[in-house]
Amino acid sequence: MKNCKSLIFEISKPGRLALDLPPCDVPDCAIDSLIPSQFLRNSPAELPEVSQLDLMRHYTKLSNRNFGVDSGFYPLGSCTMKYNPKVNEDIAQYAGFAEIHPLQDAKTVQGALELLYNTEQYLTEIAGMDAVTMQPVAGSHGELTGLKIIRAYHRAKGEARTKVIVPDSAHGTNPASATVCGLETVEIKSNEDGSINLDILRGVVGEDTAALMLTNPSTLGLFENQIEEIAKIVHDAGGLLYYDGANTNAIMGIVRPGDMGFDVVHFNLHKTFSTPHGGGGPGAGPIGVKKELIPFLPIPVVTFDGNQFGLDENRPQSIGKIHSFYGNFGIIVRAYAYIRSMGPDGLRQVSEDAVLNANYCLSQLKEVYYAPFDRFCMHECVVTAKKQKPYGIKTLDIAKRLLDYGYHPPTIYFPMIVEEAMMIEPTETESKETLDQFIDAMKAIAQEATMNPEIILNAPQHMAVRRLDETAAARKPIVKWKV
Amino acid sequence: MNIPKELRYSKNHEWVRVEGEKVIVGIDDYAQSQLGDVVFVELPEIGSIVTCGDSFSVVESVKAVSDIYAPVSGEIIEVNEVLGDTPECINEDPYGQGWIVVIQLKDASEVNNLMDSAAYQTMLEEGENS
Repeated sequence: MKNCKSLIFEISKPGRLALDLPPCDVPDCAIDSLIPSQFLRNSPAELPEVSQLDLMRHYTKLSNRNFGVDSGFYPLGSCTMKYNPKVNEDIAQYAGFAEIHPLQDAKTVQGALELLYNTEQYLTEIAGMDAVTMQPVAGSHGELTGLKIIRAYHRAKGEARTKVIVPDSAHGTNPASATVCGLETVEIKSNEDGSINLDILRGVVGEDTAALMLTNPSTLGLFENQIEEIAKIVHDAGGLLYYDGANTNAIMGIVRPGDMGFDVVHFNLHKTFSTPHGGGGPGAGPIGVKKELIPFLPIPVVTFDGNQFGLDENRPQSIGKIHSFYGNFGIIVRAYAYIRSMGPDGLRQVSEDAVLNANYCLSQLKEVYYAPFDRFCMHECVVTAKKQKPYGIKTLDIAKRLLDYGYHPPTIYFPMIVEEAMMIEPTETESKETLDQFIDAMKAIAQEATMNPEIILNAPQHMAVRRLDETAAARKPIVKWKV
Repeated sequence: MNIPKELRYSKNHEWVRVEGEKVIVGIDDYAQSQLGDVVFVELPEIGSIVTCGDSFSVVESVKAVSDIYAPVSGEIIEVNEVLGDTPECINEDPYGQGWIVVIQLKDASEVNNLMDSAAYQTMLEEGENS
């Protein structure tokens, strides 16, 4: 029962119903009198036939096998799996937001446009930029949009700049976005602590440099202290700076990408601003730009003339549309609710607590796990399985064993420049008690590694499935039901 | 760690077996053990020209996607098509069935820039201790 391996089709029995429909209260017509025969199927659809109770049990069982931040601690580094306050959901269900149509006349949806406009203003302030578009629907989509804007900017100046510099510690989306945008990636080797090697950077910038993409705090959870010098090197060469906003949860109200010298920044509303995350979100990856780049923002742009909100499509230098309508509006409503609930002081405290929690985890975990960077971290910390290696235990094994202890594992094997990395991001929403329980579990696993490594190597033992053959899944995937 | 004495090694963990004017290239035991189970290998086109240090192939494992860099310059004259169906050869037999390409050397002396097994072993040990 626990495993729930049957699909809904497999528990189907002919004639069973989950619901009795009321008698039809309109005249009954033959279907072929309503729909042309070429559009009618020849045989009835094979729909599952189950009782309401079987239906409820089936999906309740499936839902119980899911793991989310509502079910437990989820320290997935670089992903900011923070709690999403339920008030966000209430607000998003308001009829004025949930029951409007994107093709309605702007005059009839002034509230929705005001919300979009205000959210842009808030993000502009948080990032220290001059304007924001809410249209991109993922962080990677924000990257693509930002790079298209950067390319359009250089082209408008008559410059053929095609190279995007990306450190080797970057998120994989950075080079991918550059490639999708038709630009060429130049990877540069980071220093061992993930910081930029200024000499290497100076060596690669030039008149073909379109941009440098940088995450700060870096993907190792460390603040890049040389950022002003980096910005100067790139700007002096005529390039622009792109801020990968994956780690914004560390800096709100403390330091702003715009003040660091960045020209374009993306946010992940589904990370930093508590909108749903995982399982497809849907996400939102708004981007902010400096004023020189405003003419190139995607259309439509939300406008306010002091009296009415509107949508401006007449922007000749715009890169055009990058998503239908205005992005994932319902998600933006949730982020707006979060920003308004927290307020400026609250957002600052979010970042302070996120950084405090990560440093607390690091301070405790480095007693038993190797910590490659012995300095304060930002909102996430990196430890490795180096001390467990002599016992034959790898990071993957520790991650699997954490499942038995009831935790979602941290991000593993990223960043790739750290061997056997575990990247732990506790987020601000966890209590000290929760952090202590997680730390105790990690210490218990470190103890098991020395006393009883088999138990780790055979983990997970208490899940619905045991260790999955990830290799076979990749080499010989079974992609359809009933092979 | 298996480091055959008759091969040459690059700092990026490729091995090279010299056969006259051509070399057979693969990734070594250390690289395959670090990558974990290999699930896909992207092979270059026969006839393509590579320069030492260029990425010419991509190896995807359950852990990561990694570029493979040309340890020498020259022309790709053979690729190991077997890896298309059985990428696990790289894990099981990195110096044999798991070879990736054969490169016709542009300059035979370039091989001398690569490490011998003793130097490579030393590099690995220094890496462990850092």
